[in-house]
Amino acid sequence: MTKFLNTLGRTTTTSFTKLGRGSYFLLETLTGIIDIVPRPRLLINQVYSVGVLSFLIIVISGLFVGMVLGLQGYYILSDFGAEETLGLMVAASLVRELGPVVTALLFAGRAGSALTAEIGLMKATEQLSGMEMMAVDPIRRIITPRFLAGFIAMPLLAALFSAVGIVGGQIVGTGLLGVDDGAYWSQMQANIDFEDDIVNGFIKSIVFGFVTTWIALFEGYDTVPTSEGVSRATTRTVVNSAFSILGLDFILTALMFGED
Amino acid sequence: MQHSNTQDTLVGLFVAAGIAGLFFLALQVSNLSSFVEEDSYTVSASFENSGGLKVKSPVSAAGVKIGQVKAISFDPKTYQSVVEMAIYSQYKTLPSDTTASVFTAGLLGEQYVNLEPGGSDEYLEDGGKIELTQSAIILEKAIGQFLFKSAEEKAEGKKK
Repeated sequence: MTKFLNTLGRTTTTSFTKLGRGSYFLLETLTGIIDIVPRPRLLINQVYSVGVLSFLIIVISGLFVGMVLGLQGYYILSDFGAEETLGLMVAASLVRELGPVVTALLFAGRAGSALTAEIGLMKATEQLSGMEMMAVDPIRRIITPRFLAGFIAMPLLAALFSAVGIVGGQIVGTGLLGVDDGAYWSQMQANIDFEDDIVNGFIKSIVFGFVTTWIALFEGYDTVPTSEGVSRATTRTVVNSAFSILGLDFILTALMFGED
Repeated sequence: MQHSNTQDTLVGLFVAAGIAGLFFLALQVSNLSSFVEEDSYTVSASFENSGGLKVKSPVSAAGVKIGQVKAISFDPKTYQSVVEMAIYSQYKTLPSDTTASVFTAGLLGEQYVNLEPGGSDEYLEDGGKIELTQSAIILEKAIGQFLFKSAEEKAEGKKK
């Protein structure tokens, strides 16, 4: 019994101290943003490795998710004779949910894990301490540009995912299954609201980008500097990102689409 | 140097593609383009029952969308539903004896206001009121009346 209580206490304390360290880390990262302004090169390099290199996986996944939505939606909607609303169904599910969420999950797997591994290895090979020896703040030099890059890249990737998905749904719906092209777009335009759907989806993707990048960078920075530690930190990044994305998605959806 | 130039180009392309995606969503997918439509004037109408009409429901004449519902409120004096409609300014020549009715698009579709122009020489102005209105057809009511009627007919048939 005492042992159980001990474990419970220890787990609580460690998780809270970790949360505290994480918040402090985030604060330091954010204050470092001012230092980016004179050195845009650092940011551009990171947007390249975080954003441009994730471009292909996002576009291809978006296309296929849209195409599958087109197929599945058509089968169900044609039961009710409502195939014309296929465009609305595809667009609403992509813009509101699948765009931000699936992009964030892919982003955590593709870019987040790479960030954790990179920073974890930097720590394990003592590059971070080396920087400190040279009076260069590793957070400002290494972490902040990566954080900002993830924060910028994620909403853009989510928008691309949704846009490509809608086109994918159109290819399947109007090209393969014979839904009217005009009805596909007009049903979509009549029912998708700019503020309620597009802006809220965009806000979601910003929040997910913020959280995923934060988790990835902090896990890397906080890693136990051994090869096993780095591997564990990378796993934790993907798992924790997935949990936070899906949990936050529920909360954000309840807040955004709750009333009306 | 060469390498970093291509990288710049790729990052530029990436950001441009992302912003293009956002524009695509805003303009092609959502109803934003219908907001850009130039200014409008407001006309109101009182209905016995406005049914499932909602703010932003379309207002159409002869099947063409000429505006949208701006506000719906309940008038506590006349116990009627007051619907304010924003009509696009290019359709300024609606006669003052226009009839407004609440219709349903399709069997289960959304409800909209249909304006049927009358023959008056005077036109509706900003803040004007449409006097002739026809309420929404409430499906439950219609079914109820139908059932009641057929039951009545049956009863009469038995009497004879």
